[in-house]
Amino acid sequence: MSQWFMLTLVGKDQAGIVAQTTTALYEQGCNLGEASMLRLGGNFTMMLMIEFQGTSETLDKQLQPLADKLQLKLHFDPIEGELHHHQQSDVVITVHGADRAGIVSQVTTKLADAGLNIIDLASDVGGNAENPFYIMQIEGTATQGLDRLEQALQALQQSDLKVTMTPVDTMVM
Amino acid sequence: MAILEILKYPDPRLKNESEPVTEFNGKLDDFIADLDETMNASLGGVGIAAPQVGHFQRIVIVDVSSKKKIKHHGYMILVNPEITEWDGFEMGREGCMSVPDYTGNVVRATKIHLIAQNAAGETQEYDMEGYEARAVQHELDHLDGLLFIDRLVSRRRDLFQRKVYQKKSKE
Repeated sequence: MSQWFMLTLVGKDQAGIVAQTTTALYEQGCNLGEASMLRLGGNFTMMLMIEFQGTSETLDKQLQPLADKLQLKLHFDPIEGELHHHQQSDVVITVHGADRAGIVSQVTTKLADAGLNIIDLASDVGGNAENPFYIMQIEGTATQGLDRLEQALQALQQSDLKVTMTPVDTMVM
Repeated sequence: MAILEILKYPDPRLKNESEPVTEFNGKLDDFIADLDETMNASLGGVGIAAPQVGHFQRIVIVDVSSKKKIKHHGYMILVNPEITEWDGFEMGREGCMSVPDYTGNVVRATKIHLIAQNAAGETQEYDMEGYEARAVQHELDHLDGLLFIDRLVSRRRDLFQRKVYQKKSKE
């Protein structure tokens, strides 16, 4: 019986990580599902859904030579996975400001209290070492309506952060 | 009248280019009635193109009148439509009955000028913008065998027009 696993992978970025990892998985009979792969601070990272007829121990063992060769840290966790059930975001929120500790916590706590379910969050630190800025883009569903979110964000307008909220109006044809 | 089957990606027929309509008769009216019924059977659908039901003629229906607070022309049957002018661009998120369980960001012209025939073969001209212009551009792509997934732009680092809910910053 096949089972879904989540592969979590981190390693120093270099060309060929995706190709060699997915080839090794394919050769073990894995089928891939949804994935997020991103370079973060010089590391290459992967979160990858894998369908496999076997155990995570087998996958660990089979991928170990590649992990050693490319100096990757990786592990597989069995998950309850399902495809074809995407949630649609109905709002995008962007936040930016001079970098400091606590931005994400402050913003997302307010959003969570107002009913935001985050589906996708990407954040980055730009600028330079002397003047870093933090920028974050959040997509999600407003489970308690957009008005609630807007009210929650109004408080933040007076802070050191620039916060913008845009409804996502998905046109279906 | 009948609800027709919607072709779904990766059905290769969605890549077919559709032929111009040359005969405006009862057969065309019957097909348009079926196409209309099929569009209305989908939840929230604001448009449909003939090739989506495996009928490869240049016919689309667009009706965005269910959307509040936008400019629109109501219910339009567009036969042999041609966009003759484009102005500006903006990004928006699109989905499609032929591409289930997937949505993505697509850049479209903000304003277009459109020439099309109606079901009787009479030529009509339209100036349209925003949501309606987007819907028409999406549907016309179907006539050329293109899907919105052929035009995707990055979901991250996007460029939504931030004109709503934007607050003045404190300076």
